[in-house]
Amino acid sequence: MKECVIKANKLTKAYRLLAEDIYAVRDVSLEIVEGDFIAIMGPSGSGKTTLLDSLGCLTTITSGSLSILGKDVSQAKENILVSMRRKYLGFVFQDFLLIPTLTAIENVQLPLLFARMPQRDRQAKELLGRVGLGKRINHLPKELSGGEKQRVAIARALITSPKILFADEPTGNLDTKSSEDIFGLLADLNKNENLTVILTTHNPKLGSRAVRVIYLNDGRIVSREDSSLYI
Amino acid sequence: MKIISVAYKNLKRKKIRTVLTVGGVAVAVAVLVSLFGFDAGYQNGLNKDIDKLGYHLLVTAKGCPYEAATLMLQGGGGLRYMDDAVYKRIIQDPRIDKITPQLVSSVYNQEGGPQNRGSFALYMGIEKSYIELKPWSKFKSGGWFSGQDADEAIMGYEAAELEQRLVGDQIFVSGINKVLTVKGIFQRTGTQDDGITFVPLATAQRIFNLPGKLTGIGIKLKNIQQIGEFEESLYNEPGIQVISLAQVRGTILNLVASAKAMANSIALIAIFIAVIGVTNTILMSVFERTREIGVMKALGASALDIFKIIWAETVLICVFGGLFGVIFASAGSALVEKIIRHTLPYAPSGKLVLIKPEFLLIAFFSTVAMGLIAGTYPALRASLMKPVEAIRAGE
Repeated sequence: MKECVIKANKLTKAYRLLAEDIYAVRDVSLEIVEGDFIAIMGPSGSGKTTLLDSLGCLTTITSGSLSILGKDVSQAKENILVSMRRKYLGFVFQDFLLIPTLTAIENVQLPLLFARMPQRDRQAKELLGRVGLGKRINHLPKELSGGEKQRVAIARALITSPKILFADEPTGNLDTKSSEDIFGLLADLNKNENLTVILTTHNPKLGSRAVRVIYLNDGRIVSREDSSLYI
Repeated sequence: MKIISVAYKNLKRKKIRTVLTVGGVAVAVAVLVSLFGFDAGYQNGLNKDIDKLGYHLLVTAKGCPYEAATLMLQGGGGLRYMDDAVYKRIIQDPRIDKITPQLVSSVYNQEGGPQNRGSFALYMGIEKSYIELKPWSKFKSGGWFSGQDADEAIMGYEAAELEQRLVGDQIFVSGINKVLTVKGIFQRTGTQDDGITFVPLATAQRIFNLPGKLTGIGIKLKNIQQIGEFEESLYNEPGIQVISLAQVRGTILNLVASAKAMANSIALIAIFIAVIGVTNTILMSVFERTREIGVMKALGASALDIFKIIWAETVLICVFGGLFGVIFASAGSALVEKIIRHTLPYAPSGKLVLIKPEFLLIAFFSTVAMGLIAGTYPALRASLMKPVEAIRAGE
């Protein structure tokens, strides 16, 4: 039986705007097990990114409960969330968000600095090699294409060997070919290394390649698809 | 990779801005070091000058104490005269160890000075007691006057250099159309005496048409503790004033106190501007990197990690600024000295800006401390950013 890595029950996230509560995510309940490959889909403003941020311990939830790898983080303080992000979670963003002053390998090594771990040059080089950038390790982000930057971002997310990888619109700023490549890379990591991958996407073609798809609208789950059931 | 290298690389991102901020800090540090140096150098020079006077008290005709102080140290100033009868009365006092009468006169020489643009030549009528009070005054060549009323001169080292005179040469005293024979040239003493041409006192009174007149009487007491009561006893003498070494020191320090207060204010303003400059630079850098700070937090950076990165940037700016500042101050002390010497009414001989290692250390470490203070607010601001809000900022 696979371990449940994320369990959310009636997870709600609201923002206060002009004395009014705006519900970005409402009463979302879900369970994600180790090795899942989940795509969160839905129209703009449906709450995909907020749900991803909540599951990724990037923000606190307003109500409901959330446990990550068996640890209840519903009311966790910032230092606990930092510790969760540092040890178990990896992130990839739509805009890559690499540090422009650091080279590809330095960007990959950056999370090790925060995790107080040795710099692991060999591992960082290996990771960059695995994402196809073995020969560009000393290049600055401005010298890389969009697809290459996203590969560096993926290598950066993997350097601390996280249990769960969160990717917010990872192909949103890429051309079709690069999008296919990046999606393929994430799928490979999921399949070959049993890495749990949770991503948001607008692209139905890519989304349909995930094992499970969650559709959101107005912050609520409106439907779920589980392709594994058809196998 | 270390926090400091992340901070350093970020500073290289906006090179001009960083260089300007470092420059601002360097200027503030250089000003601070120069001020410390000036303070120490001036006091030191003044003390040496006063010690080299050889006497404890100077008796002059009543007048402005500033002029009297200048007269005492520089040999110039507005000259007032007293009768040598005063000298004859004072000399009887048994508390006196050595006493010397002086008559100073300045003569304008139309062809003197640089490029023959004209200059004042300073003459001082003295008696043998003058060099007895200044045992360090040695002859480079020649010797003492042949008589008490001889038309002879002994030149200070610089006066002789300037006029290119040797013993036996004749010097023409313009204005009074008098010719004097150079009888001796003093070695360099590092005091105002180097620029003076000495003549016998009686000769000076005669050629400058000031019979029986003196400008000052230098007195060295047997016991310096008696200076107070001795001074008091001279109050009975009409038309004179007594200036003690302590008074001269105080008077001169008063003269430069306002200049120093002004310079101190400028240094404070420079430091204040530098602190604001550093805070502003780092704060701008924090705002520009809001998303990067957010992503670092997503990657596991704690508030303390972010605080350290931003703080390290500030400290780096201040360390570089401090280093350049102490280098500028050390390398430019000669230039600062030249400017100050040009500006001040009286500047003592010797090194005017004395840069001591402890000044460099104090200025450097104060700058680093200043950096820590300047960086606190931007660092705090960055460290308290919420990751999601920071990442989504500007989207």
